[in-house]
Amino acid sequence: MIQAPLAALSPNSDFVTACYIVAFSLFIFGIRQGTHPSTARRGNLIAAAGMLIAIAITLSTDVIGNGVLILIGILIGTAVGVVASLRVQMTDMPQMVALYNGVGGGAAALISWSEFRHVSAGGSSIPLDIFVPILFSTVIGSVSFWGSNIAFGKLQAIIPSRPVQFPGQHIFNGLLLAAILAGCIVLGIDHDSPSQGLYIGVLIGAAVLGNLFVLPIGGADMPVVISLLNAFTGLAAAAAGFALDNVVLIVAGTLVGSSGTILTLEMSRAMNRSIANLLFSGFGAVSAAAGEREERPVHSIGAEDAAIKLGYADSVVFVPGYGMAVAQAQHAVKELADELQKRGIEVNFAIHPVAGRMPGHMNVLLAEADVPYEQLKEMDEINPEMPRTDVAVVIGANDVTNPAAKDDPNSPIAGMPIIEVNQAREVIVIKRSLSPGFAGIDNDLFYKDNTSMLFSDAKGAASDIAAQVEEL
Amino acid sequence: MSLITEITIFVLAAFVGFEVISKVPTTLHTPLMSQTNAIHGIVMLGGLIVIGTADDTLDKVIGTIAIAFGTINIVGGFMVTDRMLGMFRGRDRKPKKEAETENVTPGEAGQ
Repeated sequence: MIQAPLAALSPNSDFVTACYIVAFSLFIFGIRQGTHPSTARRGNLIAAAGMLIAIAITLSTDVIGNGVLILIGILIGTAVGVVASLRVQMTDMPQMVALYNGVGGGAAALISWSEFRHVSAGGSSIPLDIFVPILFSTVIGSVSFWGSNIAFGKLQAIIPSRPVQFPGQHIFNGLLLAAILAGCIVLGIDHDSPSQGLYIGVLIGAAVLGNLFVLPIGGADMPVVISLLNAFTGLAAAAAGFALDNVVLIVAGTLVGSSGTILTLEMSRAMNRSIANLLFSGFGAVSAAAGEREERPVHSIGAEDAAIKLGYADSVVFVPGYGMAVAQAQHAVKELADELQKRGIEVNFAIHPVAGRMPGHMNVLLAEADVPYEQLKEMDEINPEMPRTDVAVVIGANDVTNPAAKDDPNSPIAGMPIIEVNQAREVIVIKRSLSPGFAGIDNDLFYKDNTSMLFSDAKGAASDIAAQVEEL
Repeated sequence: MSLITEITIFVLAAFVGFEVISKVPTTLHTPLMSQTNAIHGIVMLGGLIVIGTADDTLDKVIGTIAIAFGTINIVGGFMVTDRMLGMFRGRDRKPKKEAETENVTPGEAGQ
C-alpha cells in the first residue's frame, strides 16, 4: 500500500489543523496580492503553495486508503488540467472557467454523495449537523455542475446561445425546486434511516434544475451566470467542509463563495438589472421581437478615411466588445494602437464591466496582445475623459455604448451605465452590419452626426487602418 | 469541531473574503475567477478523505472521479491563472517596445 509509511497523523490532530490554517492563510494572502497586476502572479504561486501544503498534510493522515485510486485520480486530473491550461485560447477563457466551475461543483456533489453513503451505511442515524451540509452540498454542487455544462455549451456554441424556453418553464422550475427542498426535508426528518432512493431523487432533481435554469439565459448575460455558478461551487465546497469537519474546506469554499457573490453583484449592477430579472426574464428572447427598426441614414466610411481621422487626432479611445473576441482582433487592434502611438497620439482602452462573456474578459485579451495595463481604463475612469477625446473607436461593442440607456427612459436598457462614446468629438464604429446587439434594440449611436460606420470585421478593419496610418 | 465553531469560521471567512476580493480591480477579474476555480479545487481533500473508507465499487468510482475533478481545478486553475497573469505587463516592463518606438520617431514627445 502506497500510503503506509506516512499514514500516522490523525486528521483531527492539532498539527494537521495548524497546517490547514497555514494553507488558508496563504490563500487569503495570495488573493490579497491579486489586487495589483504587478504582484498578482506571485500571489497565485503563494495560493498554489497553500494548496500543496493542504494536500500533502491530508495525504499523510491515517484516514487515507485506496492509494492506487487516489493516484489514478490525481494523474488523470493533472493530465487534463495541464493540457487544458496550456492549450486554451484567451478568447475561450469564459468556457474554461465555466468548465472549472462545473467540475468543482461536481466534485463537491460526488463527495457529499459518497459521505452520505458512508454515514448512512448499515442504517445508522446521521446527525443533522452533518446531514444538512451534505444535502446542501449535494444540491448546490449538482446544480452547479449541470448548469456550468450548459453555460459551457452555450459559450462554445454547441447549443444555441439565445435563450431556450418552453411555456411554463419558470413555474416548472419553481415546482422542481420546491420538490427538491421537500425531498431534503423528508430526508432530514428521517435522518435515523434516510432513504437511499429519495437521496438519489434529490440528486437527479438538482441535475435537471441545473440544466433548466441556465438554458433560458442568453449569451450576453453569461458574465452573471458564470459568476453566480462560481459562487455556488464555492458554497458547495464550504458545505462539504461542514460535513467533513474540515476547516480549510470551509474557509477556502467561503472565500470562493464571496468572490463569486461580489462578481455577480457587480455584473448585475453594470447591467442595471436585478439578479432575479437576469435569471428569469429570458431577456434577449423577449425584446428581440420588440426591436422594430426604421431605416435611417448612416455615415459610412472606409479604412482610408478612418486612418486620416485617427492619424491626425491627439487622443484616441478604443472601446472593445465581444465582437473583438469573436474576430480574434486583439493583436490587430494592438498594432493599430502602436501605429498611433508612434505618431505621439495618446491611446487608451475603455472597458465596460460586462463587455465580453465574463468579468474582465477584454482585459485579458488585450493583455495577451501586450497592451500595458495602465492603458486599460475602467468605465468610471474613462467617461470623464470622453469630452476631451478626439476619436472613440468602437470595436465589436454595441449595447454598452448605446446612448438610449441614458436618454430614453423607455428603452429596455434604460439606466444601464454605458461608455459615453457619444461625448467624444468623433466616433468610428467598426461593425459588420447595422444589426442590433444582444438587447435586440437599435443603437442610436450609429445615426449620430459625429459617428462614422466602418462596415467590416474587426480584425481586417484594424489591420487595414493600421497599414493606412503607417503611410500617412 | 463544534457546529457553532464552524459557523463562526464561516462568517469570519465571508467577511474577510468580501474585504479582500472587493479590492481586486476589474482588470484582474478573469484571473481572479480562474484562481478561485483553483482554490475551490480544495474539495479534492474531501475526495481524499472519503475514498479512504470506500469499500464497494460505486464509492470507489465516485471518489476517484471526485479526486480527478478536484485535481483538474487545482492544476488547471493555478496554471492558467499563471499563464494569464504573465501576460499583464506595465509600461516599464516593455523596454524592447519603447526602444523600438524611439528609433522610429526620435523626436517624439513620449510620455
